[in-house]
Amino acid sequence: MISTIDSSHLLSWITLSPLLGVLAILFTPREKHDVIKTLAAAFTGIPLILAGWLYFKFDQSQAGYQFFEDMSWVDAFNIRYTVGVDGLSSPLVVLTCLLMFFAVFSSWNIEKGVKGYFMLLLLLAVGINGVFVSLDFFLFYVYWELMLLPMYFLIGIWGGPRREYAAIKFFLYTLAGSVLMLVALIAMYLKSGDVPSERTFSLIALAQKGQAGLFDHGSTLFGMELRSWLFLFLFIGFAIKVPVFPFHTWLPDAHVEAPTAISVVLAGILLKLGGYGLMRVNMTILPGALWENGGPTGWATALALLGMINCVYGAFVAMAQTDFKKLVAYSSVAHMGFVLLGLAAMNPNGIAGANLQLINHGTSSAMLFLLVGVIYDRAHHREIGKFGGLASHMPMYASLAFLGIFTSLGLPGLAGFWGEALSLIGCYEVFPKITAVSTIGLIVTAAFFLMTIRKVFFGPKLPQYAGFPDLSLREWACLVPFGLFCIVLGVAPFLLTDWIRPSVEALASLFGKS
Amino acid sequence: MDFFDDATPAWYALAILLLPAAGFCWNAFTYRTEFTRKRGHIVPLLTIGTALFCALTIFKHAVIDGDVGDTPHAASATHDAPAHDSGGADAPPAAGSLADPRWSWSSKAHGVVYRIIDTGALRIDAGITIDHLTATMLLVVTLVAFLVHLYSVSYMHGDKRFSRFFAFLQLFSFSMLGLILTDNLLLLFCFWELVGVCSYFLIGFWFEQDEPPKASMKAFMTNRFGDVGFLIGILLVYRMFGTTDLAEIYAGLQAVAEGRAALPPLFGWEAGTLLTVAGLCLFTGPMAKSAQVPLHIWLPDAMAGPTPVSALIHAATMVAAGVYMVGRIYFFFTPTALAFIAGIGTVTALVAATIGLVHNNIKKVLAYSTCSQLGYMMLSLGVGGYSAGLFHLYTHAFFKACLFLGAGSVIHAVHTEDMREMGGLKSKLPVTYRTMLIATMALGGVPFFSGAFSKEMIVEHALMWGWSHGLAHMLPAIVAIGGGGLTFFYMMRLIYLTFYGAPRDQHKFEHAHESPPAMTIPLMVLAFLSFFSVGWPMPFLGGHKLPELLAAPPALASIALGHGADHGHGGFALAFGVLVLSCLVIVFGYRLYKQTYKDRNPGPEVWVARLRPLHTTVSNLYYFDEFYRATIVRFSYATARVLALFDSKVIDAIVNGVGTVGQLIAAGFAAFDRIVVDGLVNLNGTVCHALGSRLRRLQTGNLQDYLAFAVGGMAFVTLLFLFLA
Repeated sequence: MISTIDSSHLLSWITLSPLLGVLAILFTPREKHDVIKTLAAAFTGIPLILAGWLYFKFDQSQAGYQFFEDMSWVDAFNIRYTVGVDGLSSPLVVLTCLLMFFAVFSSWNIEKGVKGYFMLLLLLAVGINGVFVSLDFFLFYVYWELMLLPMYFLIGIWGGPRREYAAIKFFLYTLAGSVLMLVALIAMYLKSGDVPSERTFSLIALAQKGQAGLFDHGSTLFGMELRSWLFLFLFIGFAIKVPVFPFHTWLPDAHVEAPTAISVVLAGILLKLGGYGLMRVNMTILPGALWENGGPTGWATALALLGMINCVYGAFVAMAQTDFKKLVAYSSVAHMGFVLLGLAAMNPNGIAGANLQLINHGTSSAMLFLLVGVIYDRAHHREIGKFGGLASHMPMYASLAFLGIFTSLGLPGLAGFWGEALSLIGCYEVFPKITAVSTIGLIVTAAFFLMTIRKVFFGPKLPQYAGFPDLSLREWACLVPFGLFCIVLGVAPFLLTDWIRPSVEALASLFGKS
Repeated sequence: MDFFDDATPAWYALAILLLPAAGFCWNAFTYRTEFTRKRGHIVPLLTIGTALFCALTIFKHAVIDGDVGDTPHAASATHDAPAHDSGGADAPPAAGSLADPRWSWSSKAHGVVYRIIDTGALRIDAGITIDHLTATMLLVVTLVAFLVHLYSVSYMHGDKRFSRFFAFLQLFSFSMLGLILTDNLLLLFCFWELVGVCSYFLIGFWFEQDEPPKASMKAFMTNRFGDVGFLIGILLVYRMFGTTDLAEIYAGLQAVAEGRAALPPLFGWEAGTLLTVAGLCLFTGPMAKSAQVPLHIWLPDAMAGPTPVSALIHAATMVAAGVYMVGRIYFFFTPTALAFIAGIGTVTALVAATIGLVHNNIKKVLAYSTCSQLGYMMLSLGVGGYSAGLFHLYTHAFFKACLFLGAGSVIHAVHTEDMREMGGLKSKLPVTYRTMLIATMALGGVPFFSGAFSKEMIVEHALMWGWSHGLAHMLPAIVAIGGGGLTFFYMMRLIYLTFYGAPRDQHKFEHAHESPPAMTIPLMVLAFLSFFSVGWPMPFLGGHKLPELLAAPPALASIALGHGADHGHGGFALAFGVLVLSCLVIVFGYRLYKQTYKDRNPGPEVWVARLRPLHTTVSNLYYFDEFYRATIVRFSYATARVLALFDSKVIDAIVNGVGTVGQLIAAGFAAFDRIVVDGLVNLNGTVCHALGSRLRRLQTGNLQDYLAFAVGGMAFVTLLFLFLA
């Protein structure tokens, strides 16, 4: 599984260098806003540069973990500090570094509690990247929880009018999932060996044992065998993050109340943790729960069904929204449905599609939330029905908005298409009917986005928006890179598929046809 | 050296494809500069002009010189076959030779390929394929696009988004040409949606107005509907053949047709059903794109866009992409699927033509006419008239573009689209009038005009198909013949209302003037092309007619299902019969027009009064819009509202309920804690305290008292012991 032992500690640097930023900001006087912001930019910039290095040094022909680091941590329980990335996690690490950097930039106009805000933002970066690189389940869990706290405060302090409600809802909801994950985690640990010295939290070892069928045969509890309990608990933990229907209602509230940059991080990366977790833990360690006797199990069907519900239900609910931000939030629910469909397919096309969808949604939804933020800063409201004619007032803004929206509705030639298309192609091989129904989501998604365009951007000029300036340089600089990503990944999706292919094939091979 | 010997054609094709893309980027990125704002047309004109030149080069080598397609089957069609009669281009494939005559030149064979994606299962190697179909289509599209670009320089002059208009024209040209050039079904779908989005932006170009944004959304949504069906078709095809490469799909089906392989049943469907279902799914795309009933509703509304857009996108090229696509995958359609296509085409041809009879908006009449003609093309493809349908696509592109640009010239002059406010413009707009009249003749199918050739071929095929399939299958033929009369009638009505008679709006009439040369030159070129027809045997085609060169691919799906090729040629007698019949119908159409409009004996009002219910139905466009609004649109909104309510009132309520229950439980525990647990603790304290405060009184500090207690206590204990003992 491991191809290189890394002596440069690249991943540790990427993950932990923002901590230095936290320290640096801690010792900066609270009035020096510019210094604090610059420090935050620097300490998200460093991981970004390192992530660029990671991209170029990453061997795209290998399926195994690279940049591997392994140290003992808590010997009594065989907890180790193990990190490494493969084709599934490394794109997400790069995405995280990128988004965190732009999140700092788009937070430049924060005036309230600047010091605390940026310290928490940097801490958030540590938590997220930590989850993606961890190869020890305990470490994974620690980072998972670490990420929760900054998010809670960022929404709860810097958010909108109902910020406290939203923050508590987000926190408790995610915590509930984490608790289930913790139970499964401990159960796996205990099952992994007969004596404490044999037990392990290593995701690699657990994967080997799991694939060998360690969790397949166990005592039943309330009529359900151990494997199913593990799968269920882990699934709920990750499903809340994705979010999967019916665990999704924290998302619109959190998005609506969160400040722009936090929405960007939330939609762009946090949701991806759920999909990533499903691949890294559920599918890798418990393949038998999804595929047995040469066919998909009930769990796989459930996954596909939930994906279908997400696609169709999320799109319809988005259609009824009047708040621009809430609409984008529900569109995320719909988009994440394609991830579930792709994963439920368990074949190379489907898994590749799910991964592409994760990355592409990371850029397109980030772009959409930035776009909503731009207009909210000017109009101080987000009611779709109250806007009109913005294409006349702010042509550059409108052009970038069209780009973001059309990426999001899956226009071919832009990034969003490939993830959806591959997920559907993959899923169609296993669940044709479910896939066919899911395509309704494509139509409805187009409908509500086009309605939004019509109401917000088209129509006659409205006097109340006459004085609106077009994009400022800072806003432009935040949006254009995402726009470029949408185009580049749309016309050259091989940049991603080549990167992830070995790992995707390795994962798909667990669900053979036999 | 032969043009097709190396990768040279690929570079020409890439130039055709990428130049408009570059023009789009140029206009998009420099839109703030003075040059682009004022002269935004220069770069686009250059790019599309160069593309036209490249397309001509490819056409010359591929079609005129016949360099491409030198497989035995195609060669027989190109060089040494005896001249067919006017209908028989669709030679049945020779038995045992199912090699595709059409994929004669692929850039992949010369190393020009772009691997766009590779997941380990799905791999898309984008290449370029050039055959007669592509070469001809490229020429038609670049030519019309060039003329429309030229026309727009004048037509859009002074518009505040002048350069953006050209940017979108360029993006459209790029997408349309990509759609033609690609050799992969999934990429075809990509370009397919891209032309759709260009159409969306161009219909909604004047987005400040009320109508265009609605029309553009309607167009995109209707097409999205069809596209999803198309996508499901692609999924099914990929599931069946494991590829989306057209040549590989062809090879796969060829193997089935030759009995070397079998299509395993899928989802409980046998090969025949499977192919039919896949074909029909794929056909939903063209149904929306080519405005076939019942997905035609967007095309008339699309006329809200600028007129050059209507000419280029919504008449000549994009809407014909559906016909082109059906032609591209023609080998894939089973007889059942083809019959369905023929049926849809027939209904469309008839329904749209009847609406054309009563509409008063000049552009909408033309739009319904386009709809109707697209129905003809589909009908033709459905009844096996492959080359006839595609040939009609080409001829239609020229005369319909001419008509639209002419209509644009009229609108430019009188600033209205309502024909009731026109009339008598013949003297004011002589060039526009003459060119439009020529195009009308072509559209009406008057003999020797280009439209006549293609239309008669269609009729012949429809007749032969009906003949061989039984009486009920004669319907397409009847509609195709009768539709000719309707077509001629509504077109003459349009000409009459616009150009003849007395001006009905004196003010507008007086201000009308002929358009500048940038607009009239394209009109004249297109009028020439509407008359001049490659339906004649052409010296530069080696004495052949163009349709003969568009050899149909072997009907693989039919052969695979054991049907074999359908029917042969009609022969000279049939061709002559059709010619006579067509002339009769046209004369009838003309008589009807003359009687109604020229002689007013009786006038149109009388007809309207006589046919009141029918007229109302047709004027209301057969209530399609109302039907969709009452069903699909309403259902979607209702579903959205209900689900959103469900989301907030049920799911979120449960979540909040869990929170509230948690709080209640917490409050209960808190109360228990405060009252019971803490109460006990406090009780303990209280009791001790009370006892203490009582007992405290014993502590008097008086020695006598203590001594008395001690003695008393001792006495008590002694007594107790004594008593117990």
